[in-house]
Amino acid sequence: MAHTETSGTNRRDFLYIATGAVGAVGVAGMIWPFVSQLQPDASVLALSTTEVDLSPIQEGQIVTFMWRGKPIFVFNRLAKDVELARAVPLNQLIDPQTDQDRVKAGHDKWLVVIGICTHLGCVPLGHQGNYDGWFCPCHGSQYDSSGRVRVGPAPLNLAVPPYNFVSDSKIVIG
Amino acid sequence: MEGHSTYQPQGKIARWFESRLPIVGLLHSSAVSYPTPKNLNYWYTFGAILTMMLGVQILSGVVLAMHYTAFAPISFARVEHIMRDVSFGWLLRYIHANGASMFFIAVYIHIFRGLYYGSYKAPREVLWILGVIIYLLMMATAFMGYVLPWGQMSYWGATVITNLFSAIPVVGTVIVEWLWGGYSVGDPTLNRFFALHYLLPFMIAGVVILHIWALHHVGQNNPDGVEVKSVAKDTVPFTPYATVKDIFGMVVFLLFFSYFIFYIPNYMGHPDNYIPANPLSTPAHIVPEWYFLPFYAILRSIPDKLGGVLAMFSAIAVLAFLPWLDTSKVRSARYRPLYRQFFWIFAVVAVGLGYLGSQPAEGGFVIASRILTAYYFIHFLIILPLLGLFERPKPLPASIADAVLARHGATVVAGAAAPQTKG
Repeated sequence: MAHTETSGTNRRDFLYIATGAVGAVGVAGMIWPFVSQLQPDASVLALSTTEVDLSPIQEGQIVTFMWRGKPIFVFNRLAKDVELARAVPLNQLIDPQTDQDRVKAGHDKWLVVIGICTHLGCVPLGHQGNYDGWFCPCHGSQYDSSGRVRVGPAPLNLAVPPYNFVSDSKIVIG
Repeated sequence: MEGHSTYQPQGKIARWFESRLPIVGLLHSSAVSYPTPKNLNYWYTFGAILTMMLGVQILSGVVLAMHYTAFAPISFARVEHIMRDVSFGWLLRYIHANGASMFFIAVYIHIFRGLYYGSYKAPREVLWILGVIIYLLMMATAFMGYVLPWGQMSYWGATVITNLFSAIPVVGTVIVEWLWGGYSVGDPTLNRFFALHYLLPFMIAGVVILHIWALHHVGQNNPDGVEVKSVAKDTVPFTPYATVKDIFGMVVFLLFFSYFIFYIPNYMGHPDNYIPANPLSTPAHIVPEWYFLPFYAILRSIPDKLGGVLAMFSAIAVLAFLPWLDTSKVRSARYRPLYRQFFWIFAVVAVGLGYLGSQPAEGGFVIASRILTAYYFIHFLIILPLLGLFERPKPLPASIADAVLARHGATVVAGAAAPQTKG
């Protein structure tokens, strides 16, 4: 309403626009609950952290847990698995990342990754493939003992979920 | 009243499309250029309000169905899940639950408006009967929706209403077990009610389209009950006149609706429905939702199972025969001094039956229910047919324009009047 002096603009125009604006705000305010209800609800959010006890996992064993409806691989790596992962030059990797960046310092043998192939979402099979890690049965992607992609078509390494060690034998994911 | 459209598609694409599917022209002729009688009052905005409420119920209902599960052991918990866990679930459920009551408030005003202004008379009989069908579908939908939360009132309401059919001689029990899908109301009943509760609103929407089609074909009735004689003098275009008036009516109705949603969301409900369904214990005082109470009173007033059920269904069915039961040629109660009084007596009787339906079936309430039930049928079956023969209506205005001018003190345009032969 910058041009209030224009002969064509009067009180009625103002009322018309003001009414329309208030109506638009009301409609938008009413649309929001209908959009918001599709979001994860409180019962879903309540399950957003998962506690995992590491003590029963044997050396060399991969155990799968559920977190937010996704599989989480917890790999108790042997010393040779860690060595192998750290010996690889970064320039040979599809998605370059050091093994140290993918584990918690002081807990180097524990690898915790989201068990979903970064290609199209399948769950890779453990202890398979040529790199001491995972093989995806859907399209043949291979991951190493650090969960890094070594053979495509997957573009990225297996993701590391947010987690913390609450003690030497217990982690909280999420 | 088709063919009033002045719609001329602007531009090449619009013309190309219109010659292949003339839907824009159809919308234009039904909602823009459609001539509405210029004497319509705010009682005539309830058609638009009802259309809005159907939209509100379908929209909120579809969204609730995304969070609900029709499975007897968990349905009650699922509704509480909607109330506590789902983002804005409390709002969506209160919109839907109170929306049902608002829908019925609006439909009762709409029906009584039709009764007052004689909107069911020729040539609007089919329009009226389609309305009765919508009302029946609404009742079925509301009843089945009330069962879904699987509380005590849901369960026992479903038990009582489905047991009405057991009054049918010989095959009654077979029919009721067929409705239940078992030997009592249970999980199969809940599942089929959910499926039908989702289906029926779309059938209502279909009949609403027929209802509006019939309305626009014969033209709207109006508070003076005389037909449009001259489109130029008696009518105004739907847009902007009726559009803006309808929107204003809808906004005021939404304010009323909002008060219930945000301040007294459980006022229309029954506390017993927050107790999970228990097939072993009937609540002490079982009543249906308020909008069924008049018919519930009629059901209980007859001291015979089959008779009560027949009376209840007849009370609704009689509405469909109204165009032929009312023998008066004059439509509007404005020009029918006696009918006007009987209309208000009937309105009081209908509300009185609603009150009696909410009271326990004992003592004076039973006697009062019987008197009012008798009057309900006397009104339709005796008073209305006789009134048309004995009542002396007031002189009708020559046209809608004359009626409007006379009411607002202006001089009646001379020469516009034509003798009224048929209301």
